[in-house]
Amino acid sequence: MAEHVHVHAEPFDQGAALNAFSEAAAGAGAIVSFTGVTRDVADGDMVAMEIEHYPGMTERALSDIRAEAMERFKLTDAMVIHRHGRLAPGEVIMMVATASKHRADAFQGAEFLMDYLKSRAPFWKREITARGADWVAAKDEDEAALDRW
Amino acid sequence: MDLRYFAWLRERIGTGHEVVETQATTVAELIEELKTRSDAHAFALSDLKSVRAAVDQQLVSFDASLEGAREVALFPPMTGG
Repeated sequence: MAEHVHVHAEPFDQGAALNAFSEAAAGAGAIVSFTGVTRDVADGDMVAMEIEHYPGMTERALSDIRAEAMERFKLTDAMVIHRHGRLAPGEVIMMVATASKHRADAFQGAEFLMDYLKSRAPFWKREITARGADWVAAKDEDEAALDRW
Repeated sequence: MDLRYFAWLRERIGTGHEVVETQATTVAELIEELKTRSDAHAFALSDLKSVRAAVDQQLVSFDASLEGAREVALFPPMTGG
């Protein structure tokens, strides 16, 4: 089975990615996907979001998180795409998709993937505004979100 | 040993990569040693609540052993997604 973990700077077509995933997941009764879009966190002032990552560890961490989700939620397949580099507000930054026999597992698997990649995959966001640049601080609730699993 | 720094830790220390000789046996001991290297290191590592560590690209706690470690990375809490 293809590993379906992709980390790159280039934009991607979320429709094409989901179609390819669905095709590879043939036989699954449920497919859930989530797309993350760069928000203007600086109230209309944001010029860009820069995403730094740790090449090597990022792929490894995502691969481990994906394997854990596959096992816990009996997924038949799972995909993670995450971009790095400079993104404009409104650009697609990441996507996860899960496939399972049943929708509850597919939904839960996707939420698990999102919660874990938010605070266990080595990405760091920096907001560039007209006034300067600031690293986005991790939120306590992101860490707390892991407790429910 | 190869050291890697990311995000604001990299900016505060002034480099993303350095090679150090160390006798430290745990990540915590290594961090204490690093703080003595320069004011920039001491400042970047002053609040360990805001620091995470990876040994050979696996996230670890500060009491993790450095035995056989080739690469240690220090960085702020992650903000992916």
